[in-house]
Amino acid sequence: MTMNVLLFFVSCVLTNNFIFSRFLGCCPFLGVSSKVSTAVSMGLAVTFVMTIASLVCYVVYNWILVPLGLTFMSTIAFILVIAALVQFVEMFLKKSSPSLYSALGIYLPLITTNCAVLGVATLNMNNGYSMIQSVLNGTFSAIGFLLAITLMAGVRERLESSKIPQCMKGFPITLVSAGLMAMAFMGFNGIV
Amino acid sequence: MIILYAGLVLGGLGLIFGLVLSFADKKFHVDVDERVEKVRACLGGANCGACGFAGCDAFAQAVVDGKAKPNGCAPAGASGAEKIASIMGVDAGNSEKMVARVLCQGIRGIAKERYVYDGYKSCMTAAGIAGGPKDCRFACIGLGDCMDHCAFNAISMKDGIAHIDENLCTGCGQCAQVCPRSVIKLLPASQKVRVQCRNSDTARLAREVCAKACIGCGRCRKECQYGAITIENGYARIDPDKCQGCGACAAVCPCHCISAPDTVAEAS
Repeated sequence: MTMNVLLFFVSCVLTNNFIFSRFLGCCPFLGVSSKVSTAVSMGLAVTFVMTIASLVCYVVYNWILVPLGLTFMSTIAFILVIAALVQFVEMFLKKSSPSLYSALGIYLPLITTNCAVLGVATLNMNNGYSMIQSVLNGTFSAIGFLLAITLMAGVRERLESSKIPQCMKGFPITLVSAGLMAMAFMGFNGIV
Repeated sequence: MIILYAGLVLGGLGLIFGLVLSFADKKFHVDVDERVEKVRACLGGANCGACGFAGCDAFAQAVVDGKAKPNGCAPAGASGAEKIASIMGVDAGNSEKMVARVLCQGIRGIAKERYVYDGYKSCMTAAGIAGGPKDCRFACIGLGDCMDHCAFNAISMKDGIAHIDENLCTGCGQCAQVCPRSVIKLLPASQKVRVQCRNSDTARLAREVCAKACIGCGRCRKECQYGAITIENGYARIDPDKCQGCGACAAVCPCHCISAPDTVAEAS
């Protein structure tokens, strides 16, 4: 059991990394990765939301959509669930934990439309995961996202102070770095 | 039948979520300073981050806390700034518009250069190397740290010093903070007459390094009818409260380092 969880962890974080091998969640990956501190906050917020969204989407899919034969509606139902969930979590955090809210709060609305969150719910459904597997998949994939965005922020902070040809400044060099990192992550293929 | 189910399920889910959210809105309602919401409503709402805060909400909070100025939001513009000022009880009419000004005229050929600097384009770095590329230790280095930090594209580099477009400047003060030489000062926008030099060395030393340095001779002080000019630390200063903007001082300055209203007009 422990071994399986460990393998699952390695598979989600490294080999099937959401950004570098599935190319989901690229928008926040490029948009919020200019500073390590904000990147970590964003990564943590995504982890938080993806874990809960995996659970809730599992419940909605298996307990409501499957019995009624409405599985073709999964995408629209997941979008609805995720959007409502993020709003709810934001309100809840604001009341119950102002410190956590100030750390994650401004990033939560950004996650409402993050394709990584929708992606994890759809993957859970397609792979036929059980409830525990779904939640673990959500958490571990989000940790992979956290790892990727933090690494990227570190790289971009270095890029800030390096001499870059005029034509490559800004977005081009960022995309090239992201591509190189994706290739590096390809190296993990086959270890699980 | 399946269409009915689909409609019912989605409608039901939507209804449930709506009820839960409206319940949560009441249950988890946090009392915030109502001024924050009012200020928030005046802002651009794009979460652009040009103000230097994490978003519009954070900026509104900072304004209410007194950590940000009402005119910090560029998209809201002057009208937005006035609304915010009235919400905050700061009379916008009395709050003098400030603009950043470069108090240096040490362009190429005027200020002597100590060495040719060809390193990393940063005033902060250049200032640390043998006292900077210009002989005058008070001069604008001209590598554009201020330009990089200006969110409103108000600053350009001309002939080796910074130029600030007063129409674009919002007086946020970012440039003044990053300048390693403190050569940029926030001054009232209405104050057109100003001493454009901060060299506090003695007259001979100041003159050696720059043709337009203030030597603290005091002719402007004698000329001023309103007693607005004082000589402190070797250079002239104008008290904006007393200055009437006549420009008599600029006319007699032997070093041409006081700008008068007409010379400002020419320059712009």
